[in-house]
Amino acid sequence: MEKLIEYSPLLARGALVTIALALIALALATLLGGLAAAARIAGGRLGQGVVLVYTSIVRGVPDLVMILLIYFGGQRLLNLSLAPFGLQASLSPFWAGVIAIGIIYGAYLAETFRGAYMTVPRGQIEAGQSLGLRGLALVWNVILPQLVRFALPGYGNVWQVLVKSTAVVSVIGLSDLVGLANDAGKTAREPFIFLSAVMLVYLAITWVSSNALGMLERRVALKGHHAR
Amino acid sequence: MRVDLVLQNWHLFASGVWMTLQLTAIALVIGFLIALPSGIARARGTPIVSPIVNGFVYVFRGTPLIVQTFLIYFGLGQFEWIRDSWAWTFLRDPWWCAVIAFSLNSAAYATEIIRGAVSNIPRGELEAASALGLSPRQVDLLVLIPSALRRALPQYGNEVVFMLHGSAVASVITLQDILGAGRTLNARHYLAYEGFVTAALLYMAITFAIVLVFRQLEDRYLRHLRLSR
Repeated sequence: MEKLIEYSPLLARGALVTIALALIALALATLLGGLAAAARIAGGRLGQGVVLVYTSIVRGVPDLVMILLIYFGGQRLLNLSLAPFGLQASLSPFWAGVIAIGIIYGAYLAETFRGAYMTVPRGQIEAGQSLGLRGLALVWNVILPQLVRFALPGYGNVWQVLVKSTAVVSVIGLSDLVGLANDAGKTAREPFIFLSAVMLVYLAITWVSSNALGMLERRVALKGHHAR
Repeated sequence: MRVDLVLQNWHLFASGVWMTLQLTAIALVIGFLIALPSGIARARGTPIVSPIVNGFVYVFRGTPLIVQTFLIYFGLGQFEWIRDSWAWTFLRDPWWCAVIAFSLNSAAYATEIIRGAVSNIPRGELEAASALGLSPRQVDLLVLIPSALRRALPQYGNEVVFMLHGSAVASVITLQDILGAGRTLNARHYLAYEGFVTAALLYMAITFAIVLVFRQLEDRYLRHLRLSR
């Protein structure tokens, strides 16, 4: 146990890396999910086809395979595409993890967003149009505020799964909570204690996020209305 | 893409597929056997058992599978009394550690699925069964369990795919599953992505096969629920 306390600053840094990775990946996933949902709703045949291929690939491939593929394959792709310009760049484990997890959970969020869009009553959109709102103004002022309310529970679920998914990024050498605790646990000859501490940190993240999400859901809920 | 090298090493992937299917299937079966009584106990709120199951489910669903696997494979060796016990023959073997970790993980997720399915059975279905003179035991075996399992099918299909994908963690503790085969191919021939692309395609093919099988099963066993809607 003393060893765990000795190493706790290191593990805290690892936990910060894990949380940063999860939050940035969530931002990317939200962007990709939003674009994919928009393409499914208003992208025509081509847009729908592209989204179908995207979501099918993501659903078929384990997250660990996706991360390894993007880390090692992505580096090769960077080398090939930058070589003609005499440039060089390297893909760090952190950003490879962000890209892979962003791509994976973007596909799940696309479904969440599309489902939430379907629950926005048509009359609301038509009312907006009849007031002269079009395009982004309609999306921003009428659709989004209502969509958020319906999308939040699904969004929260995706976040909880996403956080756990970041653990596999340690396989490509990221010094996140899992990577650091696994190495430190071996050095300190107390791997069980160190890995148990990791489990507790993940449980704490889950607990804090589910409380925060519950508060957020109550805040966006309509006063006097029950969420459907 | 060096397809020739992939084809040359087809046996690597064949044994990888076998290892993945074996780990996934064993974990699902053991997980299911634990989950059936646990899920029913949770749905009924059985005293003592229900809170214990709840704690188990909370921990295993709230933490990453890879950490659970590490905890069993790397963690348990910390204790001398485990290393000295008969169980060490199993616990120092990565295959057994993967089976134990995956089974417990699947048990936790399946428990929640079965709990949900049991609590969603209409009361009338069970009342009708006891009105026909079935004993409580018969109601459980002939009505409650079959009905719950039918209702659990769609979500259990997701769990099967989830377990298949989760089983890729086995390659991290040295097992030669599909991903392990891909990594070996890459290392042997200094490749960047061929092994991973092949692994990804194999996982996709198996995933689609599972989805197809579950769609057939749902058509067959959930037809009565679909008609009533």
